[in-house]
Amino acid sequence: MPREIAQRHQMPKQDPRERIRNFNEVALGYSPETAISEAKRCIQCPKRPCVGGCPVGVDIPDFIALLREGRFGEAAKKIKEKNSLPAICGRVCPQETQCEAVCTLGRAKNQKPVAIGALERFVADWERRELATLGGNSPAAGNEGATAKVAVVGSGPAGLTCAAELAKFGYRVVLFEALHEVGGVLRYGIPEFRLPKAILDEEVQYVKNLGVEIRTNMLIGQTLTIDDLFNDGFRAVFIGTGAGLPHFLGIPGENLNGVYSANEYLTRSNLMKAYLFPEYDTPIKTGKRVAVVGAGNVAMDAARTALRLGAEKVMIVYRRSRAEMPARAEEIENAEEEGVELMLLTNPVRVIGNEKGWVTGMECMRMELGEPDESGRRRPVPVKGSEFTLEIDTMISAIGTDPNPLLTKRTPGLVLGRHGNIIIDEKTGETSIPGVFAGGDIVTGSATVIAAMGAGKLAARGIHEYIRSRGW
Amino acid sequence: MNEILRKEVLAPRITEFEVYAPEIAAKAQPGHFVILRVHEKGERIPLTIADYDAVKGTITMVSQEVGKTTSQLATLEVGDSLADLVGPLGTPMHIEKVGCVVCVSGGLGVAPMYPKARRFYELGSKVVSFIGAQTKEMLIFKERMEKVSHHVGYSTDDGSFGHHGFVTDLLRKFLESGKEVDEVVAIGPLPMMRAAARVTRDFGVKTVVSLNPIMVDGTGMCGGCRVTVGGEVKFACVDGPAFDGHKVDFEELMARQNRFLEEERIAMERFRAQGEGCKCQER
Repeated sequence: MPREIAQRHQMPKQDPRERIRNFNEVALGYSPETAISEAKRCIQCPKRPCVGGCPVGVDIPDFIALLREGRFGEAAKKIKEKNSLPAICGRVCPQETQCEAVCTLGRAKNQKPVAIGALERFVADWERRELATLGGNSPAAGNEGATAKVAVVGSGPAGLTCAAELAKFGYRVVLFEALHEVGGVLRYGIPEFRLPKAILDEEVQYVKNLGVEIRTNMLIGQTLTIDDLFNDGFRAVFIGTGAGLPHFLGIPGENLNGVYSANEYLTRSNLMKAYLFPEYDTPIKTGKRVAVVGAGNVAMDAARTALRLGAEKVMIVYRRSRAEMPARAEEIENAEEEGVELMLLTNPVRVIGNEKGWVTGMECMRMELGEPDESGRRRPVPVKGSEFTLEIDTMISAIGTDPNPLLTKRTPGLVLGRHGNIIIDEKTGETSIPGVFAGGDIVTGSATVIAAMGAGKLAARGIHEYIRSRGW
Repeated sequence: MNEILRKEVLAPRITEFEVYAPEIAAKAQPGHFVILRVHEKGERIPLTIADYDAVKGTITMVSQEVGKTTSQLATLEVGDSLADLVGPLGTPMHIEKVGCVVCVSGGLGVAPMYPKARRFYELGSKVVSFIGAQTKEMLIFKERMEKVSHHVGYSTDDGSFGHHGFVTDLLRKFLESGKEVDEVVAIGPLPMMRAAARVTRDFGVKTVVSLNPIMVDGTGMCGGCRVTVGGEVKFACVDGPAFDGHKVDFEELMARQNRFLEEERIAMERFRAQGEGCKCQER
């Protein structure tokens, strides 16, 4: 007789009316009791499809088994065998399309998958709190005995993971970051209310404690080149410089005052803490009526940031329909709960400004869906004569990013793809230059945090094999 | 790191800093800039590198107190360090030997002009420099520019030194005199660069300007510094800061530079209200 399985536990969230007035985290996490109860929903099926659904292969059923017995610390260790940044992944991974999408329980009648992401987050948060009360993370491993030095360029999810894995192999790792703070997109892109920066800081501290040396304000390609790194004695280099180049729509009026790339808007708010202006020096224009063009996670982040900065009306303007919105369902739900309006099947054709160069409106057209395009999605087609003007004072372009060309342009011999992405050997992560490896958005174009982490991990193994095969 | 080794007040509210930054100094070229932060809650501001010494491992920057960050920077003393400094950023200016180059600088623009004029001079070009300032007192880098120029002309807004009027008047007169000019480099306030580009357009002389728009990261990531050049959108931080002066949309750029005027005023007032007292007590 199969035991009765409880329904999936919802994670408590801040009330939408409250949370649009603060930058605190929206999702509040499980209590230990809820976490254990949720963990008990896992049927420990023998096929373990969830492990295969995880880009870094976390032993999900094993950590859940420890968790449901209340062995939180051991559960945390189990996750960290495969994933160095669990508090981040528990928050920003799209589990619904990965581990949870293939969960056996999710296929049962009237059942939803185990909330693996929420459980990962619980375990990681428990461990962080525990370590804090014990007076901090475990002491630095300090790989003084290690001989080979490896350089990691870019401290986003790919770089952090690659650096951590290389340190675990015993290498001396130096992680170079162009900005003044570590974390890449986790720092400048993802807002505080979705990923508190204190959590990022602690995950970074964990990587430092593994013996990784971090050098901020180092723009590789300018301050030092890849050749300089090899001349300085680094045996291998990992490039994880991300997809930092923002797209604009290419419509008239995009250089008017009040038009931002999502990168600029979010960097001002997240990295530079413009939401705390004037306590922090970097300004941002609040905007009363804000249109965010695009419908991915970045668009949701920008829209929800605009609300918290005091905008009265925030609209997502998207040329396709709801079904094609690339953002996570959870993020769309959060945005709508907070009052973000979705203007679907709507495409901007020009930004309108006043005589002083400030945005006053955006001319749009209604769209309808036609035949499927090369992406397999139905192509949006403009409806003739449907032009209308949206009254706005701020426009945020969140229609995607390309690989950042700064380093690749200055590295002769590096073979690139059509979009400026670095071409790698998919098994090792090695590029066309021996000893130079790459992974994350610089290879794939903008993708997910966890995919970048998987790539960083794969390249770390590739670098390990490369160095070992040369007897260094 | 980033310790200030030398500080010199060149003119009222204009200060020169020599900072220890060996990695930047080793790579710096004329036209490069840096981004710095003065303190942990500070904004990132771009400053052009005015000089560099790879042997000493230093770079030199000149800053004018126009807002909170530059005013705060001016309070730093020898021995203090910048919170953050990254560079060299941007694409160096393309400089080759020419028959005659005219270097037109206005105000603070003479500091970023200096390494460029020097490079032209070292390559054996004839260098004619025109330098404009508000007053004689505000004139900076005079001796340095004279060393790397075959001829220097001056102008001041109040007539206290050199020509009474605009520096672009000197440029126009020189071009009208029929002298052969291969290239003009103009660096200074936007209206001055626009005026210089207008003058040279009439004579069909190649003109390079160096832009310093509002930036955040300085690595091509935010697009805040975008500027229209010849109908195309460019990012000044990576594609520039040097551009063809005849192609830059100066009107658009001038409007864009006003984006945060209100916030800049708030920050400055707050800084004055908090700052002045403490500063007196410290000294």
